[in-house]
Amino acid sequence: MASILVLFAHPALEKSRVHRRLLDAAAGLPGVYVHDLYEAYPDFDIDVRREQELLLTHPVILLQYPLYWYSTPAILKQWQDLVLEHGWAYGRAGTRLRGKRLQVVTSAGGGAQAYQPGGFNAHPVTDFLFPVEQTARLCGMEWLPPYVVLGSHRMELPEIDAAAAAYRRHLEQLRDTLPVPAEAP
Amino acid sequence: MIIGPFGLHLVGQEGADVMHVAEFGVVMMLFLVGLELEPALLWRLRAPILGLGGLQVVGTAAVLGGIALLLGLPFPAAVAVGLTLSMSSTAIVLQMLGEKGLMKTAAGQSSFAVLLFQDLAVIPMLALFPLLAPAGAVAVAEHGSWADGLPAWGKTLVVLGAVAGVVALGRFAVRPALRAVARTGLRELFTAAALLLVIGIALLMQSVGLSPALGTFLAGVVLADSEYRHELEADIEPFKGLLLGLFFIAVGASIDFRLIAERPGTIVGLVGLVLVAKLLVLAALARVFRLSTDQGLLLAFALPQVGEFAFVLLAFAASLGVLGVEVTGPLVAVTALSMAVTPLLMVAYERLIAPRVIAGRGEERAADAIDDQAGVIICGFGRFGNTVGRLLRANGHPAVVLDNDSDRVELLRRMGLKVFYGDATRLDLLTAAGAHQARVIILALDSPEKNLELARLVQQHFPHLTVLARATDRPDTYELMDLGLTHIYRDTLDTSLRVGVDALRLLGMRAYAAHRAAQVFRKYDEAALTELAATRRDRSAYISLARDRIAALEALLQSDRGEFSDGQDRGWDPEGVREESRAGGLRPS
Ligand SMILES: Cc1cc2nc3c(=O)[nH]c(=O)nc-3n(C[C@H](O)[C@H](O)[C@H](O)COP(=O)(O)O)c2cc1C
Repeated sequence: MASILVLFAHPALEKSRVHRRLLDAAAGLPGVYVHDLYEAYPDFDIDVRREQELLLTHPVILLQYPLYWYSTPAILKQWQDLVLEHGWAYGRAGTRLRGKRLQVVTSAGGGAQAYQPGGFNAHPVTDFLFPVEQTARLCGMEWLPPYVVLGSHRMELPEIDAAAAAYRRHLEQLRDTLPVPAEAP
Repeated sequence: MIIGPFGLHLVGQEGADVMHVAEFGVVMMLFLVGLELEPALLWRLRAPILGLGGLQVVGTAAVLGGIALLLGLPFPAAVAVGLTLSMSSTAIVLQMLGEKGLMKTAAGQSSFAVLLFQDLAVIPMLALFPLLAPAGAVAVAEHGSWADGLPAWGKTLVVLGAVAGVVALGRFAVRPALRAVARTGLRELFTAAALLLVIGIALLMQSVGLSPALGTFLAGVVLADSEYRHELEADIEPFKGLLLGLFFIAVGASIDFRLIAERPGTIVGLVGLVLVAKLLVLAALARVFRLSTDQGLLLAFALPQVGEFAFVLLAFAASLGVLGVEVTGPLVAVTALSMAVTPLLMVAYERLIAPRVIAGRGEERAADAIDDQAGVIICGFGRFGNTVGRLLRANGHPAVVLDNDSDRVELLRRMGLKVFYGDATRLDLLTAAGAHQARVIILALDSPEKNLELARLVQQHFPHLTVLARATDRPDTYELMDLGLTHIYRDTLDTSLRVGVDALRLLGMRAYAAHRAAQVFRKYDEAALTELAATRRDRSAYISLARDRIAALEALLQSDRGEFSDGQDRGWDPEGVREESRAGGLRPS
């Protein structure tokens, strides 16, 4: 049983430079299960039960996507709206995700200078991830510091390959430092 | 040009007798009927053809032959009369059932099977008749054929030989000839060749003393599975209406009013007798073959007339001396009259019989009065309509359904659906189904012509209804568009696109990319459709002809080659931004 669930969303992977390589680095890593949302649901008809089942069986959940308009690609929004049901993910009876850890893995075209006060985007990139962060908190999940590849517009292939290798090490580390899951009471 | 001299020749040779005009109409008609009969179709229907068809011919021949015996005819003559009268009219019945959209019902399929068997049974009958001829009787040479001098068994051999000859000729000579003609690419030449073929075979058969109708029918069957079938059909199609008209006129003309005037009671009595006897035999067989009551009755009411082959058989029997003119004369009149009353019988069935039989089975019929305000009417609950209906029903919008397959109607009624039996193009039925109160009507009939007719009817009488129409082909889509309809659904478009999407995925394309590609393609295709709809008038008037369909496909494929997906989904393409960003930043200067 894999311990890390990567929910991956990229609408045009055939045009991707960064995520295609990040994905290759993650794929096949023991203990990591990659779930490609656009591939599974090209018509956005998300299988809510299956998604919830996947969430339940993985202690660590990664949302991996390119930053689009300071937000997630459309299918991730659809996924949140449908899968994180009231009474399941949040609300008085909604405790199923409690204690899980959530991390955003994203890439942004803009570089570090752009994502700072006074820069092109005026805020650090994490500010733009706040809606996801608050979603995780509402569901009682632990918010891990986002893993962000900045400045992808200006990255050349060797840099991207280096970023992919770093991502692989990051995943291994995350997997290996997992707390031993508490026995069910 | 070619028909002229040949036609005149035909008529001239045999005397300008109306019966021969009739025969020529039948000749052409049967060629077309033969073309419809692919050997594969024959095989699929073999059980009903042999069983139902065989018993119908044998049963009817026995009953009517028995009556003929009682009326004082000698045994061989009675056999000939029985067999002759067991025929029904392929031309009339197929045309009628097709027009009413009933071919796919159980009764329609059974009718087809019976007619087919009869058509085939003519061959052995023609072979049998010479054996029935009284020994030593001098055959009256009607066609002046050289075979007349032969003894009975010799004639039988000649008949069989001629049949084999036509089959062999069709296979080994006609096809290569047609191929050569087709290669010239001249449409007129092909049409001429098709007509020449029909007339040539007619003459050939005549020269051996056989029915030209039978010969061309055979030629049709032989060519039915050839690659030129649609081409031949398409070329002869324009003549079809004309020929059918000619055929029906000929039937009317063959009625010898002097004869009827002389013995009106006898003739009318005979017509009644024949119709009732055939109807009863058919109804009984329908029982045996487990058709539901109303389908069985439909079969019985569709087929009781005597068919066009009877003209041929009677003429043949007369020429052999099996039957005298005092018998064939009245029987020709009976045959023609029985054909003439067929449409009336169908009306009687539709208006009087069917409503009773079908109402008798369901729950109380009064409940059909418009109780709740159904918002939607579905016309046709076959493969297409039923999916639509189920979706609506599952979402709380049960539709009122109109369907003309009584077996299906019965089932749907049992499932608690509101279903009206009958031809959806009937105004009274639409009104009864609540067309005045409904908001939406879905035209899902199998036949494009029927859907079109229905669309016109609805526009005329219920203009408040939003029409959603099923279309099968581009040509009928165009016609629906011409009516100003905007909700038109080509019934295989979505399925083919889905197949395409799955194929693209299997070839390695990303699921979402394939999905988008299909969405884009569909939009493009709809646009191309509208465009082609506007230009099609410049081309040939016969848009439904096979050759034009190919031309249309060619135009379509050519326009596809343009990069129509250019400019699609550019939002996901980061290249432009990347360049700008590397060149100094995105800030507007
Ligand atoms: C539709 C779209 C919206 C984007 N919005 C942003 C954005 O808001 N901020 C940003 O820094 N980069 C933005 N980008 C750049 C992408 O984040 C960048 O191209 C991507 O992370 C590169 O990964 P890839 O090669 O896997 O596609 C956008 C790109 C696209 C196509």
